[in-house]
Amino acid sequence: MLEAASVSVSFGGVHAVQDLSFRISEGEIFSIMGPNGAGKTTVFNAISRFYDVDSGKIFFEDEEITNVAPHVIARRGIARTFQNVELFDHETVLQNLLIAQHTRRKTLLLAEVLFLPKVRKQELDFRRKAEDIIDLLHLQSYRDTTVDSLPFGIRKIVEVGRALCLNPKLLLLDEPSSGLNPEESEDLSFWIEDINEDLGITIVMVEHDMNLIGQVSNRVLVMADGRHIVTGTPAEVQSHPDVIDAYIGT
Amino acid sequence: MRFVLKTNYGRDIDIFKHKAHASWYILLVAALLLAPLVLDVFYEKQLTELFIWAIAGAGLMLLVGYSGLVSLGHVAFMALGAYIHAILYARGWPLFLSIPSSALITGGIGVLIGAASLRMTGIYLAIATLAFAMIVEKVIAHWPALTGGHSGFRVDDPAVFGFSLDSSTAYYYTCLTVLLLVFFGVINLLRSPTGRSFIAVRDSEISAQAMGVNLLKTKTLAFALSAGLTGLAGALYAHRIGFLFPDAFTIMTSIMLLMLVVVGGLGSLHGVVFGAFFITTVPQVIAVMRDWLPKGIAQSGGLEPLVFGGVLILFLMYEPLGIYGRWVKIRLFFSQFPLYRKKTFLRQKSYLKTERVH
Repeated sequence: MLEAASVSVSFGGVHAVQDLSFRISEGEIFSIMGPNGAGKTTVFNAISRFYDVDSGKIFFEDEEITNVAPHVIARRGIARTFQNVELFDHETVLQNLLIAQHTRRKTLLLAEVLFLPKVRKQELDFRRKAEDIIDLLHLQSYRDTTVDSLPFGIRKIVEVGRALCLNPKLLLLDEPSSGLNPEESEDLSFWIEDINEDLGITIVMVEHDMNLIGQVSNRVLVMADGRHIVTGTPAEVQSHPDVIDAYIGT
Repeated sequence: MRFVLKTNYGRDIDIFKHKAHASWYILLVAALLLAPLVLDVFYEKQLTELFIWAIAGAGLMLLVGYSGLVSLGHVAFMALGAYIHAILYARGWPLFLSIPSSALITGGIGVLIGAASLRMTGIYLAIATLAFAMIVEKVIAHWPALTGGHSGFRVDDPAVFGFSLDSSTAYYYTCLTVLLLVFFGVINLLRSPTGRSFIAVRDSEISAQAMGVNLLKTKTLAFALSAGLTGLAGALYAHRIGFLFPDAFTIMTSIMLLMLVVVGGLGSLHGVVFGAFFITTVPQVIAVMRDWLPKGIAQSGGLEPLVFGGVLILFLMYEPLGIYGRWVKIRLFFSQFPLYRKKTFLRQKSYLKTERVH
C-alpha cells in the first residue's frame, strides 16, 4: 500500500534520512521506532510532502506521490497527526472535525454564499460523520469546547478524530502516546486496534512506548541516525542486538 | 441561563440559535427600517456611513479575522471600487449593474494582487499591500483622462430606472439593503466549507494542508472576497461623498479599517458592526469635545489620530478581543449573575508556536 524506495532527506549537511526503504501492506499496523533524532518524524513529513526528498521515491497504492502537492496527499487518502498537536486552536472540537471533511466538499462558492439546500444537506452529512467519530472516541462532553482550553491528552485524541474525519485509507500517527497518562495510553491502544479492524484503516505510527508497540503493531521498523536498522515483529526487534546497540550504545 | 434543547443537527447549522435570539435581530432590523421616520438628516447620513464602513469591515474581517492575513492596502480596493463604479456609471451603466461590476472587478484585481503577495505573511504582507495602496493612489492621481486626477471626479447622483436615490433617506435604505445582503452572504460562507477552510489556514497552515486545504488558493480566495466587498463599500461611498479625489483615499483610511476590525473584535461579525459604530462615532465625539478643550489642543490636527491610536493601544492591552469580546463578558455576567467568575475567560497558556514542522 505504501512503499518507500531508498528515500533520502537531508537538511544542508544533516542527513536526516538515508537510503530508507520499506513496504507496508494494507491492513497492517506498522510502527517506526528509534532513538531521538533517528529521522522518524522526517519520514512522516516526507510522506505528507511537507519535506521534499532528495532522492528515492514514495509510492501510495502503486502511484508515485513523491512530487504531488501537500494538500493532495489528504485527497489520496493519507491522514496524519502531529507530535505536538496541531489543531485549530480557536475553534471547537466539532468545528475541527468539520474542517477535516474539506476534501469531500462538493459545493461551489456561490452555492455556499446563498446556502442552497444542497449546502445544508452536505453540512448535515459532515455533521453525521463528525458525530460518528465523536462517539467512537468518546468526545461527547468536549463537542462544543474550544480546543485551546482542553487538556493535552484530550487534544491528542481530538487530533486522531480529526484525522479519521478525512476517511483515510492510511493513518500516520506521530507519537500518539506522548503526553498521555497510562490510562489514556491504554485507551489509545484499544482505539488503534478498533480503527484498524473496524474501520479497515492501515496505520503507521512513530512511537517510543514499547508496551503500546508490542500490544498493537504487526511489524516494527527500527531506525537510528537516519538509517534502517531492522524490520520485524515487536518481539524480534526487541531482542535484536543492533537495536540494543542503537539505544544503549557499545 | 438559557438551555437550548437541540433535537436535530440542523439546529446547529441555523443562523439563529433559538427564537429569542432571532427576535432580537428582527427587532434591530425593524428599528433600522423605521429609523429614518424619526431621525433627522444628520443621523441618517451617519448611519449610512456606518453601513458602508460595516460592508468594508466585513470584507477586511474575512481577511484579518478569519484568514489571519493582514492588509494595509484595503484603501486601494475602496478607491478602486469607488472610481470604477463612478466611471462606469458616468458612461451610462445602470446603477444596479455598475455597483456589482465594480465589486467584481475589484475582486478580480484582488485575485492578482493576492496571488502575487500571499506567499508572504505577517508584516511582509502588510508592507506589500501598503505598497499596492501607494501605487493605486499615484495611478489615480496621475491618470487625469480617466479619473480626473487631482481636480477630482464628480459622481453622478444615484438613480435606478429614473427613480432618484439621491435623498439621504433613499440612500440610507440602499446601503442598508446592501449591508444586509452582504452579512447574509458572509454568514453563509462562514458556516460552509469555504469559511472553515479560511479558519483552518488562520489557526494552523500546516494542519490545513494536511486536511487537504490548498493554501495559496484559499488565501487568494479570501483576499479576493475581501477586496470585492471593500470595493463594493467603495462604490457606495462614492455617492456618499459625491466627489472623488485621490486624497479621499489615503493610508489613514486603511488604518481606520484595520482599527475597525481590531477594536470591534477580531473573528466576529458583531465586531464589524461595533467597529463601524466606533469609527463613525469617535470623530463626532471628538468634534464635540473640541468645544470643551483648551484652544491649543482642540485646534491641533493631531487630536483625532491621537485618540484613535490611544484607544487602539488600550484595546490591544486590555481587551484584545475588542468591543465584541467585552460584550460577551458583560452578557455572561448578567446571564450567570451572581455566579460569574472572572477567570472564565482566562485561557490556559498554550505552547509557543514556532515555524517548525512537527
